[in-house]
Amino acid sequence: MSDTPSATAELKLPKDIAAEKGLVNVQIDGSWYQFPKGTRMIEACRQVKVDVPYYCYHPKLTVPGNCRMCLVQMGMPPRPAPGQEPSRDESGYEPIGWMPRPAISCANTVAENMGIRTTGELVEKCREGVMEFLLINHPLDCPICDQAGECRLQEQSVGYGRGVSRFVDMKVKKPKNVDIGPRIRLDDERCIMCSRCIRFMDEVASDPVLGFTQRGTHTTLSVHPGRLLDSNYSLNTADICPVGALTSNDFRFQMRVWFLKETPSIDVNCGTGTNIIVHTRGNTIHRITPRQNNAVNSTWMPDSHRLNFHYIDSDSRLTEPLTLSNGKHTSITWQTAYQHAADQLRKFMPAQIAIIGSARMTNEELILLKTLRQTLSVPHLSLVPRLADPDQLLIAADRNPNTTGAQLILDTTDPYASLGTIRSAIQNNQIKALLVFGEDLITDAGFTHGELSNLDFLLQTHLLANPTANHAHLVLPGAAFAEKRGSMVNLSGRLQRLNRAVEPPLNAKDDWEIIRDLISAISGDTAKIFLIEDVFKHISATIPAFANLTLSKIGHQGTVIAETAYKIPLLENERARIASGVING
Amino acid sequence: MSTIKLTRPKLDAGEKIYFGALIKGFFLTLSHAVTSLRGKSIGAKGLNSTGLGVTMQYPETKWDDHMPEYYRGAPALVTDEQGRERCVSCQLCEFICPPKAIKIIPAEIPSDDRWAKVEKRPLAFDIDMIRCIYCGMCEEVCPEQAIYLRKDYAITGLTRADMVHDKKKLYEIGGVRIGLVNKWNELK
Repeated sequence: MSDTPSATAELKLPKDIAAEKGLVNVQIDGSWYQFPKGTRMIEACRQVKVDVPYYCYHPKLTVPGNCRMCLVQMGMPPRPAPGQEPSRDESGYEPIGWMPRPAISCANTVAENMGIRTTGELVEKCREGVMEFLLINHPLDCPICDQAGECRLQEQSVGYGRGVSRFVDMKVKKPKNVDIGPRIRLDDERCIMCSRCIRFMDEVASDPVLGFTQRGTHTTLSVHPGRLLDSNYSLNTADICPVGALTSNDFRFQMRVWFLKETPSIDVNCGTGTNIIVHTRGNTIHRITPRQNNAVNSTWMPDSHRLNFHYIDSDSRLTEPLTLSNGKHTSITWQTAYQHAADQLRKFMPAQIAIIGSARMTNEELILLKTLRQTLSVPHLSLVPRLADPDQLLIAADRNPNTTGAQLILDTTDPYASLGTIRSAIQNNQIKALLVFGEDLITDAGFTHGELSNLDFLLQTHLLANPTANHAHLVLPGAAFAEKRGSMVNLSGRLQRLNRAVEPPLNAKDDWEIIRDLISAISGDTAKIFLIEDVFKHISATIPAFANLTLSKIGHQGTVIAETAYKIPLLENERARIASGVING
Repeated sequence: MSTIKLTRPKLDAGEKIYFGALIKGFFLTLSHAVTSLRGKSIGAKGLNSTGLGVTMQYPETKWDDHMPEYYRGAPALVTDEQGRERCVSCQLCEFICPPKAIKIIPAEIPSDDRWAKVEKRPLAFDIDMIRCIYCGMCEEVCPEQAIYLRKDYAITGLTRADMVHDKKKLYEIGGVRIGLVNKWNELK
């Protein structure tokens, strides 16, 4: 934002005004802006939406400056002779002496009164030359390359290249289709030696297995002998690879990227709540990639979470409400199912009923679960804990995505507390009816077949066929995380949104609708809620932490609604690197 | 949008009584009938007709020999001299196809195949000929010279399923095409 000194402060020069705020004045393509000291030139251009092409630069990684694509023309004010006052224009800026040679904008930081030109003959010729060099050995693989459509080399070849190759010699041969790890395929001919993957594995994943061998045009990316690229963060290298050198085995040849619809959502495999993009075509999910959120997952994501979506499209999905008669499950309509549940539940005293929910449920589902509990006056409600080892980067020990949300909504510090009580009450025959939402008690909560067959009525909502469902008198098919809307709160207290990327299969239903219809079948109250927005309105009216929020106000980056002591280790590493000036972040 | 005013032609009395034009028309038709009967109508020879004027007696006689080079009939896949299926299932035709007639399921070529280095080929390639509008966009967009509009125009079937050309049928129509750019040669 160019500041012109006002008439009242005639002695204050732009450099002094900027210096007071710790900023410097920089002219980019003829306009003056202010940036903090230490900002890289390429970041400065990006902040003011001036396009500078690049391959090797990544804001979260160190800067090697080896692709030379981000060359710009740089200028500084000429040094005055001894005793000479620098001349200034009417706005108080010194004239810029343009350097005859270009400079890479990723490795240089901005300075007072600096000028940057991202257009002009010099810069354009440089880019054209760099593109021509990069394409000398790049194969014409685009029709079979998975990167086509999101390839920086393709985009910048169109934007800045010369269109026709002048190179007549044979292209250099390098290994193709190399198996370097369980989830990543390497094609060395496509590699443009940007070294992003090498730096990522070294700096972020702390597993430096990649490196360059050979020299010059024969430079080859390879994995350390005897090692594999098998880190749980290896697929991030495919994300940051600007070309198709590193591609995902899971997504290999599945779908061209231009067919994919992108839905921003969040990951539900652990309490971190990694921000993701769900890529779908039609009603099929083809891949999941991380979405940048500097307060949650930076731009990364663990492979185990990323690849955990194939169950959504699997054969074991439940698609019809089922009822148990004579030891066999038969499908019924939703209407009959709700009526059946309501009739059965009337046979029991409230003290004989218990509800087991899941911390994988959204806030909207949890508040309705709370209403269901009040409707039935049930004394026991518990969720199922899910703990495993954290990985000191993004994966939290708590593998439930919405523990914090459950704490807030159910107004308890430990939503898992009464699971043991319920279990022993089932063993003592005190509890005869159990409503289970989104959990498989046998696999995930350690219940035994004997305990479940002890029950007179067991209702389960779940996605997949599971051992608990075998005992359930009523099985209701729910929706997967990519099939529903709603909100969750991650371990650091950030409220985030899930968005619907695909439709639930056949007769499966969104979980909040199932609970809503169960409540109205039991209470006979037909005053219904039709929109999930209205459920959220109910949350914001009743739970103080959610006050004044709506689903749309949460935004794609989430909103902090609770203070917790939890720190995401990967972000701590990143903040330390930003503070030390290694990266711009 | 501007308005253009047209002036109607002024007709004289002879033109207003239209009998004159009517009789003129009768004579014109009669003269065509006579030329036709003498077998002298324009294009009569070229069309290989039965001699009775320009009418081609379809299906006894067919267009097939008179099809111009640029004729756009049913799209089909081709193989090259080496017997390689040229399609690598890049799905550009599927993307560009205006009526969404093309459906491709891509697959990896197994490593023991002769053409394993091409890495990718279609597992299934279906063109719904009910949807196809013979526009030729698929041929134009193909980066591998693998799909061509051939001269087949009488595409018929008794069911909707009959009208979907699968991969086998497409290669049957397309056949071998020689003289194309051989991108996946020994040097590759």
